[in-house]
Order: sequence, then C-alpha cells, then structure tokens
Amino acid sequence: MTEKDHPLVRIRDLKVRFKGARDVFAVNGVSFDLPPGRVLGILGESGSGKSVTLKTLLRLLPEKRTDIGGVVEVEGRDVLALEGRALADHRGGVVSMIFQDPMLALDPVYTIGEQIAESVERHEGLDRKSAMKRALDMLERVRIPSPERRLKAYPHEISGGMRQRAMIALALACRPKLLLADEPTTALDATVQMQILLLLRELQKEFGMGVIFVTHDIGVAVEVCDEIAVMYAGEFVETGTVRDIIRNPKHPYTKGLLAANLHGAEKGHRLDAIPGAPPPLDVAPTSCSFAPRCAHATDRCRTAKPPAVALGPGRLVRCVLAEEGAAAA
Amino acid sequence: MLLYALKRLIYVLPVAVGVSIVCFMLVHIAPGDPLISVLPPDASADLREQIRRAYGFDKPLPVQYFIWLGNVMQGDFGTSIATGRAVAEELAKAVGNTLMLSVVATIIGFVLGCLFGFVAGFFRDTAVDKIASFISVIGVSVPHYWLGMVLVIIFSVQLNWLPATGAGPGGSGVWEWDWAHVRHLILPAVTMSVIPMGIVARTVRALVADILSQEFVQGLKAKGLFDRGVLRHVVKNAAPTALAVMGLQLGYLLGGSILIETVFSWPGTGFLLGQAIFQRDIPLLQGVILVLAMFFVFLNLAVDVMQSALDPRVQRS
Repeated sequence: MTEKDHPLVRIRDLKVRFKGARDVFAVNGVSFDLPPGRVLGILGESGSGKSVTLKTLLRLLPEKRTDIGGVVEVEGRDVLALEGRALADHRGGVVSMIFQDPMLALDPVYTIGEQIAESVERHEGLDRKSAMKRALDMLERVRIPSPERRLKAYPHEISGGMRQRAMIALALACRPKLLLADEPTTALDATVQMQILLLLRELQKEFGMGVIFVTHDIGVAVEVCDEIAVMYAGEFVETGTVRDIIRNPKHPYTKGLLAANLHGAEKGHRLDAIPGAPPPLDVAPTSCSFAPRCAHATDRCRTAKPPAVALGPGRLVRCVLAEEGAAAA
Repeated sequence: MLLYALKRLIYVLPVAVGVSIVCFMLVHIAPGDPLISVLPPDASADLREQIRRAYGFDKPLPVQYFIWLGNVMQGDFGTSIATGRAVAEELAKAVGNTLMLSVVATIIGFVLGCLFGFVAGFFRDTAVDKIASFISVIGVSVPHYWLGMVLVIIFSVQLNWLPATGAGPGGSGVWEWDWAHVRHLILPAVTMSVIPMGIVARTVRALVADILSQEFVQGLKAKGLFDRGVLRHVVKNAAPTALAVMGLQLGYLLGGSILIETVFSWPGTGFLLGQAIFQRDIPLLQGVILVLAMFFVFLNLAVDVMQSALDPRVQRS
C-alpha cells in the first residue's frame, strides 16, 4: 500500500477510559477519517471528550491510568503501538499540537527562540545556530512584530496573542502533517481571536496540513473548519460539512447548541439553553446519552443505543429521529 | 543584572544597621554583670568602677553603641574580657572553621537532597518515592546533636575509624587539606548535612511533582523531546527555588551550628558563641552575633541575585 491509500488520520471505535477510584468513560466509540489538508472541527461542551480524543493522537494521556481501545492511525501508522524513539519522532514531527493557554503551555524559563529551536534540533538534527534561524523564520511567518527581539523574549514578556502566535510557530516549525488545536483561541480577547483564526486558516492552506480543531464555540468552528463533528458524552452524535451542520442539523443536541447561540438573540427574550447537564461518565453509556435532556426522547432512546444513521458520505447522525427521516426520504 | 545586584546591595545597608542595633541591645538587655568573670568576688567598689570605665561600660548605651559601631567599621571588635585577645582575631579563625564545616555540610546535603528529591518527584507514589521520602523525613526530624553523639559512638568509640573531636591533629591548629585534617571534618559535616538534606529533598520532590503536573511539560512531550530533554527543563525550572532553599540552609548552618560544634568541639563560631555566653564576654558575644547575623543578610542577598540570574521572571518583572 502506498501513502495515498491512507487517509491522514483513521480512527475506528476509539474508546478511552480513565481508571481510578471512580472510572471515567471519556471517549466511547469514536470513528472518523481525516483526509490530508482538511480541517475537522470537534464541537462539544466541557467534558465531552474532545481534548481526550486529541491527546490520544499524540499519546499524551497518562499511560498508567488510561485504557485506550480501538484503532488510531496517522498516515497508516498505528499510533497506539508507537514506543520510544518512534513515538518521540511522531510527536512534533508528524503531529503537533497547540494548546488552549500558551502561557501555561510554554516553559516560563526558556526564551521563545530556544523553545522553537529545541524542537527543530530534535527532529531535524540542525545545530543551534541554524535552528535559531528557523525559529526566526517561523516567527516571521506567524507575523510577530520585531521577531528578532521576540526570539530572545521569555513567554511572560509578550502579549497573549503574540504568545499564541509563538505557540503556532513552535508547532509548525517541523512541518507536521497534522496539527491538533485544543481551543487555541479560548484564552484570548475577542479581537485577537479572529486574527489567530485567520492566521491558522492561512497557514493551514500554505502548509497543506490536516487540522483537528477542538472548540466549544460554533462561531469559531464555522470560521476555520471544513467538516464538523458534534461530540457529546464521548461520542460523535453528528458529523457533516459546516454547511450541513449549520443549515440542516439533525440531532436534537446540535439543534440545541445552535439555538443557544447568542447571535441573533433578542434582548428581553430568554436564551434557549439546553435543559439539564451532561451525564456522569462513570459507566459506559448503554442508551442514548442525550435522552434525559431531549424533548423527543422515547422509550427506545432510554433502553438502547441509537443507531448511527448515514445520510451521505461523511454525514452521520446518531439519533432515532434521523432514522425516521432517512426512511421517509 | 549588575544593576539589580547593586540595587540589592544598597537595600542591605539599612538591614545591616538594624541588625547591629539589635545585636548590641540584646547583649545589654541580658541579665548578668560582664565583669564578674574578670573580677574577684571581693573586689572593692573602686576597682569595679575602674574596670567598668576601662571597658567603657560607664557611658550611656547609645554612646557605647556608636563607639562600638565606629570601631567595628574599622575592623576593631574590641578585646575579649575573658581571654584578653582581640575579638577580631578570634572571630576570623572561628569564622573560617565554621564556614568550611557549613559549606561542606551544605554541599553534601544539597547533592543528596537533590538526588532523593528528583528521584522521588519523578517516580512519585512508587516504592522508590516512599523510601526517598522516608529518608528525608528522618533527616528533618532526627535531633542532630543526638545523631552526632550516635555517630561518635559508632565510628569513633566502637570502630575507631574517625576522630571524635577537634579540627585537626592536636586540637585546632591551622587547617590543611590533607587526610589528617579531613578525617576530623567527616563526622561533624555528615551530621550537619542531615537537616539540609531532608529539607532540600522534600522541597525538590514537591517542586518536581508540581512542575511535572504543569501543562508545559505536556507541551514538551508534544514536541517530541526525549525524557532527558524534559528533565533538562524540569531542572532549570526547579533550580532557582532549590538554590534559594540551599542558601537559606547554609545560613541556618552558619548561624545555628552551636550544638554540633559543641558536640564535636569544632572551633567555630558556634563554639565561640557558647563560650562567650557562659563567660558573659560582651565584646566577644557582640562580635559573634553580629558576624552570624551578617552571614544571613549576605546569604539572602546572594540567593536573591543568583535567583534573578536563573529565573528570568524575577528581575525583569
């Protein structure tokens, strides 16, 4: 098989369970493919398993306390089987990640330049001087003003937006095939958010990377993504193109999320929030996880898992309502 | 960097003046007549007054303070009442001995403490961690004068490997870096190193555990660093705090070596301090206390400057 035959990312029935005094079933059977150069947005609220799914791709979850099942492949390589040097080469070389808060994700006692150069030295075997040159080049690409000066700056000496740009420069320094973005704009001001999103979109095209973008903000997802997967209680409840999800949501949870959006809300009217709270995940779900909060729930939803209804290529809805709709069509 | 060091140095001045006043006052507040040790019990009131004047004890306290301070600034700490020797001379010898003992003990404690601390922090909640933590708790809790005596019983009395007292063959004398002298250093230095070892180990363990739980460590792993690369970052993050703790420990050892120096008859400042207290030797007492206090002040300065050199966040913000 050649590389062409593989999607960039292939995940089948991924299950992640945290072991401990109380087990947590964080991810319960996620499957998706990501072709090279595409941007997938994973949309969901806190605790829905978005970040866990991302971290699995880099094997960043604490090994001793985590059970991971299923298939996770990047460029056809089994990520779950990587060890030692191969794993280290995978991290940062093939797949890299930008984090929610760059203040926390950068080492406070090393300069921006050192941190970028370190990654380049590690993956490409360059000496310190050439690696620093690459770091400078990367800072220019993410359009940090006066990059020579920022190279020698420590993370606390630059603004939040600039820190996130530096984080992006660090993540892209070794030309990864896949970029994982874990709510990269959540910690930023609204104005800076948009700049960072545009920059990411532009760099994604320029570098031709695949991107998995995790967010809880529909507006952000619409801005950068090609496809969206809506995640709830460790499962993808609906997937489709941005257009599908926005124009024609099928799953009640997706509809609820869209209705809860502040945009277009009228003053004086209550926002349409989804009632209730996400379920505790200390047991693996055996029925529809959303049923307790769903206005359309039937006995069937409460006793068995809903079917995954395929409505087209890449368009999937886990809901009995979609099944009825598909049968009628 | 240099500017910061200079600024910190200027801040030291008022502290030093305050310290000198407290040193001076403390000694004079303490009960007891310093002349008791030099005068016979049946000395006449006349003689008593004469001696008192000779030592300057008849003047008002503030005047005494400024005279003393003026002399100290010129390196004259006065004359010991008990021995009649210059205090400065006695101090110089004692300070050298104490400094050597404390520095060696701190180095031993710091190296072992860092070792135990790093291992415990990295392998948290494993058997290795339990053992290392147990050793450090023992180190902090064991009374070191007791440990000193136990070590003397084992290594000097029973095994007869190492000498029990003094700082060289035939008591004190001049220090040399040869085996005859170094073997005198081993027992007191090891005894003294136990407390800093425990404290450094506990601090470093907590530091390492805290650093490892921070998100940037995930960031380092995410960019593909090997464990040793991650370790380098952890060490650099932990270094400023670990060194600060070491500096303070050195300060405690310099100022608080009185018990150990007494147990081992080590001719240092602690030993001297003990003598001065028992003999109510005011000039000697003032000199020793001042020197010990200044040790602390300057160590704090050194720690601050060193920290700012290592941690970019300290001086620039």
